[in-house]
Amino acid sequence: MQAFFNKMKDSVTKTQVWKSMFRHGYEDTPRNRYLQVLDNVWLHLHPTRIPRHGAYIRFTWCMGGITFLLFLVTAVTGVLLMFYYRPTAEYAFNDMKYLEFDVPFGMFLRNMHRWAAHGMVIAVWLHMFRVFLTGSYKPPREFNWVVGVILLTVTLLLSFTGYLLPWDQLSIWAVTVGTNMARATPLLGHEGPFGPELGMRPDNDVRFVLLGGTQVGPPTLLRFYVLHCIFFPLFLAVFIAVHFWRVRKDGGISGPL
Amino acid sequence: MENLVLILSKADNIPIVMMLLLFGFFTWLWWREAQKNDALIGAGRYGELQAEGKDRIFTWPYLVRNEFLAAILLMVILTVWSIVLDAPLEAPANPAKTPNPSKAPWYFLGLQEMLVYFDPWIAGVIFPTLIIVGLMAIPYMDRNPKGNGYYTWEQRKFAISTFLFGFFVLWIILIFVGTFLRGPGWNFFMPWANWDPHKVVAMVNVDLHQYFGIRNSVVAFFFGGFVVSAYFATGVIYYYWKKNTEFVKKLGAARFGVMAFLFLSMMGLPIKMVLRWTLNIQYIWVTPWFNI
Ligand code: HEM
Repeated sequence: MQAFFNKMKDSVTKTQVWKSMFRHGYEDTPRNRYLQVLDNVWLHLHPTRIPRHGAYIRFTWCMGGITFLLFLVTAVTGVLLMFYYRPTAEYAFNDMKYLEFDVPFGMFLRNMHRWAAHGMVIAVWLHMFRVFLTGSYKPPREFNWVVGVILLTVTLLLSFTGYLLPWDQLSIWAVTVGTNMARATPLLGHEGPFGPELGMRPDNDVRFVLLGGTQVGPPTLLRFYVLHCIFFPLFLAVFIAVHFWRVRKDGGISGPL
Repeated sequence: MENLVLILSKADNIPIVMMLLLFGFFTWLWWREAQKNDALIGAGRYGELQAEGKDRIFTWPYLVRNEFLAAILLMVILTVWSIVLDAPLEAPANPAKTPNPSKAPWYFLGLQEMLVYFDPWIAGVIFPTLIIVGLMAIPYMDRNPKGNGYYTWEQRKFAISTFLFGFFVLWIILIFVGTFLRGPGWNFFMPWANWDPHKVVAMVNVDLHQYFGIRNSVVAFFFGGFVVSAYFATGVIYYYWKKNTEFVKKLGAARFGVMAFLFLSMMGLPIKMVLRWTLNIQYIWVTPWFNI
């Protein structure tokens, strides 16, 4: 029996096709352990060897990785949602209903996108919290902390722009409350300090630019859609790349000096 | 009470409850690890900690295994969560029908809660900017070389207590208050109270200068300006007072200035909250262009 299975396995793994894809098996040798990480495009983000505490959940809380995973989940489910969603005031709300009642697994898709997004906000705060508590922002990692703050800000903006897209009462009023603040921007808002003195009106100030109008309306929906689906995800992806690169270049996971 | 149950069970607020539990858990975890390390360091055995940090293990399988398990666990949780709980969808958008209360997404409710104490240009624009800039500035202000790469409390008391205060009290708790205790008209309701949309709240707030019997608006302008400047001047005074201490010397004037400004700005929030609760203070400084 054993011989039969080995033969079956060999007939797959000893072929030219298989070997061209997978360079080595699971042999448990130190050399192979290095190669497993080095020869794999995904795993090679890691160093081949790490400090012992780097694999301890009680040290990293795994929160950076969880944030990243949740980002990937939102990216995948988000693309699928885009197939069914049109960012116009006529269709947006109906498309949500369509997702809920007609699209197979549509509601599940929407739920997963939303909960992963909320989870990402929590995970990114927890990640920042752990990085602070281990003092990992101290030299030489100062700049990666700054990159992290950018990631945190963009994560919140991604969540906020997405909040508008269902185009229901919850979303437009939440976004109305949020963007009303922009009115009060010093110098640039029509209700902000020195705004009126500089000629700011409701129809030319910074809030107008943000909303594409004097209130949250169809142009806002389109604007937030483009920001949410294209600009912020790309921006985040680029800075995540910088972030991971810097984790390696700053000497890997921090540890007692 | 029904109100509390109603808000608690809103699908969008479940994450807040989860967040509170998670923060509780991880704060406990930090404290446990910090106690262990501090005991070790206190006994003069920092070397052991260091040696442990130098010990290397293979990424494959030890790290990859843990990442893989964490990913599976998370996906299971997320899948169950997405099956059990539906994302909210209310009535179609209607710009003519303002809900009361109107609330921002939960992660911004800390900022919305600050609106009670400061005008929108501060709570909605200046504070968010200062939070982002202040966070970015942390690594450049904290000159304490200790506590880099391990959990501790003893070695970083000032840094950690400031961060915890800002994060827990001025952010997480304000989110909690904004979500669960603010009802119609953004009025404060105890958890067991009913959200009465007709709740009458007496407008008894006064400006600081009125306490001093100042009626002339020009005098009030200079008075308020003086109080606010004096508040920030405490930073300068502290600098000259403690100029020769290790702490201030290590920082230097520029770093100290930035740190004092950010610190005093942050403490402005709790100070104003307490002034509102005790003395019903509305504004400290009233000008024709802005109020603080
Ligand atoms: C989209 C958001 C983010 C992602 C995907 C992310 C991902 C990661 C990952 C995977 C690591 C490796 C170690 C670990 O998991 O703890 C890491 C480390 C780090 N992160 Fe983040 N991060 C994000 C946001 C942030 C934020 C908001 C901050 C701080 C404000 C930050 C600061 C750091 C620093 C300083 C390190 C090095 C820690 C060390 O060496 O111990 N990151 N990040």
